[in-house]
Amino acid sequence: MPDPKITPELIRQHNLTDEEYQLILKQLGREPNITELGIFSVMWSEHCSYKNTRPLLKGFPTRSSNVLVPAGEENAGVIDIGDGLAVAFKIESHNHPSAVEPFQGATTGVGGIIRDIFTMGARPICAVNSLRFGNLESPEVRRLFRGVVAGIGHYGNCFGIPTVAGEVYFDESYEGNPLVNAFSLGVLRHEQIARGAAQGTGNPVFYVGPATGRDGLAGAAFASQDLTEESAEQQRGAVQVGDPFMEKLCMEACLELLATGAVAGIQDMGAAGLTCSTCETAARGGTGIEIELDKVPQRGPGMSPYEIMLSESQERMLIIVHKGREDEVKRIFDKWDLPWAEIGFVTDTGQMVVKHHGEVVADLPAAKLADEAPIYHREATEPEYLKETRGLDLHSIQDTTDVEADLHVLMAWPTIASKNWVYRQYDYTVRNGTMVHPGSDAAVMRVKPDSLPVLSEDSPNRDVIPPEKYLAMSVDGNGAYVYLDPYEGGKIAVAEAARNLACSGAVPLGTTDNLNFGNPHNPELFWQLKEAVRGLADACTHFEAPVTGGNVSLYNQNPKGAIDPTPTVAMVGLIEDPSHITTQWFKNEGDVILLIGESLDSDDPYQGLGGSAYLKVRHGLKKGLPPRCDLTVEKNIHNALRGWIAQGAIQSAHDCSEGGLAVALGECCISRESARHTPHLIGAEIQLKRSEQDRLDALLFGETQGRIIISVPSVFVGKITGQAEVMDIPVEKIGTVGGKTLSIGVDKHQFDWDLSKLHDAWFNSIDRIMES
Amino acid sequence: MTQVDTETELSAISDQGNASKFSFGVLQFPGSNSDQDCVNAIEVLGHEAHYVWHKEESLGHLDAVLVPGGFSYGDYLRAGAIARFSPVMRALADFAGNGGLVLGVCNGFQILCEAGLLPGALIFNRSLQFRSEFVHLSTVNSDTPFTKAIPADQLMRVPIAHGEGCYFADGSTLNEMESHGQILWKYATAQGDVEDHANPNGSVHGIAGVCNKAGNVAALMPHPERACQEAIGSADGQWVFRSLIEHLKDAK
Repeated sequence: MPDPKITPELIRQHNLTDEEYQLILKQLGREPNITELGIFSVMWSEHCSYKNTRPLLKGFPTRSSNVLVPAGEENAGVIDIGDGLAVAFKIESHNHPSAVEPFQGATTGVGGIIRDIFTMGARPICAVNSLRFGNLESPEVRRLFRGVVAGIGHYGNCFGIPTVAGEVYFDESYEGNPLVNAFSLGVLRHEQIARGAAQGTGNPVFYVGPATGRDGLAGAAFASQDLTEESAEQQRGAVQVGDPFMEKLCMEACLELLATGAVAGIQDMGAAGLTCSTCETAARGGTGIEIELDKVPQRGPGMSPYEIMLSESQERMLIIVHKGREDEVKRIFDKWDLPWAEIGFVTDTGQMVVKHHGEVVADLPAAKLADEAPIYHREATEPEYLKETRGLDLHSIQDTTDVEADLHVLMAWPTIASKNWVYRQYDYTVRNGTMVHPGSDAAVMRVKPDSLPVLSEDSPNRDVIPPEKYLAMSVDGNGAYVYLDPYEGGKIAVAEAARNLACSGAVPLGTTDNLNFGNPHNPELFWQLKEAVRGLADACTHFEAPVTGGNVSLYNQNPKGAIDPTPTVAMVGLIEDPSHITTQWFKNEGDVILLIGESLDSDDPYQGLGGSAYLKVRHGLKKGLPPRCDLTVEKNIHNALRGWIAQGAIQSAHDCSEGGLAVALGECCISRESARHTPHLIGAEIQLKRSEQDRLDALLFGETQGRIIISVPSVFVGKITGQAEVMDIPVEKIGTVGGKTLSIGVDKHQFDWDLSKLHDAWFNSIDRIMES
Repeated sequence: MTQVDTETELSAISDQGNASKFSFGVLQFPGSNSDQDCVNAIEVLGHEAHYVWHKEESLGHLDAVLVPGGFSYGDYLRAGAIARFSPVMRALADFAGNGGLVLGVCNGFQILCEAGLLPGALIFNRSLQFRSEFVHLSTVNSDTPFTKAIPADQLMRVPIAHGEGCYFADGSTLNEMESHGQILWKYATAQGDVEDHANPNGSVHGIAGVCNKAGNVAALMPHPERACQEAIGSADGQWVFRSLIEHLKDAK
């Protein structure tokens, strides 16, 4: 059958503009055929090329003395953690597929990010995820939520890594556009870093993994457009199908193979499958690649070159092998019963040449495809809606008259409520590395010698047993804040992650970000993106936590509107000593409760209520300005806390975020759980100072930044307050741990909460909604 | 709950001077993922553990064999249904037939039931969801190689992580098992009560682990090998392995 003619309609269907097509003609010096058009369409999609966002991303700090592989070079960044060890980590989204097919969309999102980690030569040791859905009142939202959580669990559990932390937000702006951001982290020794470059002319190119089918066809292009009802139905075929068992075998085989030294280059086949992996490896190597599609294992007869090149069938890897070492590849993949095929070789022409039945069906310049996609500097205009949201007059909102009900309602609000309905579906103990399980501010993992990939036989480090390492990780991102003030919201996303790490005793090492935004052709939405990135960049620089890589997901909108702009930030930190590992719940009766930071910021006209959970839940408003984030103050506080932790003074540390001080105190009292139906509730008696102009609701539920609640044995109080004064950090005693209730006194008011009732509201909220 | 001090235990073992190390085999199927945890647990207790690849037809000299957790063969068909046909399972059946000690955990439990080495079967959790949490186990029969070192009334707090952990056996099988002391562990509350509410998956009678009539093959759904160090949440799982070690010492 002859190739279809290239028509303007066909070009449009491929999400390419007329100008882009002209650029293709110029680059090739001729018309492309359909297979080549398909290849350009995926390589130049937003998902693969970042054509709308590259100029903005240049603002991110990407270097530090710890960075071994910076952002943009390979599939994931790598950071040194000392003693010859390193971590590779990244976050990626799978939003559009999850909207259409929640289970498979989520499951393949996890699979994809895991592959990005082991393709760097690292053994993945944990997964984390950040999710957004509409309101749980909607049966459709519940369906998506159920499917996504089941999908994430399915992949991580079967593959065999613990899923140890995450966050879930519910807000109407995500209705129809759920966000599924999946993160993974792996460990390796410096000498084991693997690269995705096609090196060495004449080296054979191997394909390993299951046969290529028609699933996920052009998933990258699908991800780069708005979702409509029509597109959802039509694109069901674009959702990839995952097999974690196959990926587990594939990873073990690849790590074993890497240890032999036979690998010259390795890359996973993710977005744009065979297309992306061949042209990117050739571009990185400054070489060319030639493959014969007849050799590619195919699931069914009669697949066209277009289909084979664009398929996103999962769990496949591209491996460039040193000539002469082919037998090792075969031996290892046969041991693991993995399908493999030798499909081509490296050339020195710089061209990506694809043959089918011996005929050339595509002949394209690899570097141009991979690196020379057009770059757009989109228009950015401050949105109209800000006039309305910033017009909020706090005086028009009555102060609270029922604090006790307020806290109950907030603790039961799905965004704040315990996420145990989610994480009890995730294996979080496999591999014996999880030291702080889901439920505290950050997850803490240990890296022990058997966490590392197997070393090559002739490595000089064969008999060197590295010391144990302790890593903390957190993922954060408040979309409402970014909607109301993208720059400040961007800063806060990073500051909050850093704060969570500090609370667990960790120093930030690096960051990975997932930018989830709407259509970049809309100047108002692009302005949100631009400002948020500016905020993220400033904060990452300030915390010395460079961005090692990440993902951009645009076009998250449907006919009803765009999502709240949502940059999610995953930060990884190092804990020097296991004795520094700190959790968020109160420990002992009699410990003194101190608040680090100031509750009411005189620079904030909204007293911390702007964009707050309280304003949303109790007044139905998403307005005002989010609280201000002073990066210098934050960093000082985090440093001070780490110092006190190192002195052995801190029993617990928990930061104030959604729901403010009262919610954070509630969580300190009720969030500890040692086993099924075995919570450890411990009360607190709190006394707060308040001046005349302070609103009660702002004091208790405002989300002023830079605040951490610590509990400390009384012998340490003097030392801490003394040191705080010298460091000019506000620290105040607010109460004592003990009793059977949470009791907060403000002036002559006394508010009390029975701990069991509070715990029930918080712990079982989502379960009640989902299981009724 | 008794705190187990790993440091003290290990030094106690090495204080025995020439006390020999026992050799535990850990079977490895494609998709096993708690194999490494089994090795870790045995090494924490000062003994040796070796992997045995599923294609091996002989176990070599081993003092005991562990069949680990995971998703062998992707749980295709039914959990454990394919693994039980692996070449190594023939060797395992011989080893068990000769009185060798075998302990299965999670997927290992499923495999041993599919292979007919243990009575009953494991089906989907009644909640139809994967369940991952710490549970308390009450020891029902402390007179076996797998439970003899567990102090009386000692509850073990260990994690579960499974989708198909609901133990089922019909009435007459259960009666027989009960009369022969084959029920080893049940799910309990923190106070030690075996109640529905403590049961995470709907297993009949709250059964978490069983052994065969001969008393040399046992298995449980919870993961004692993931609870051998306080640092990762609990060291109570050590009691199960210490029982095996004690039994092996007594047999010498």
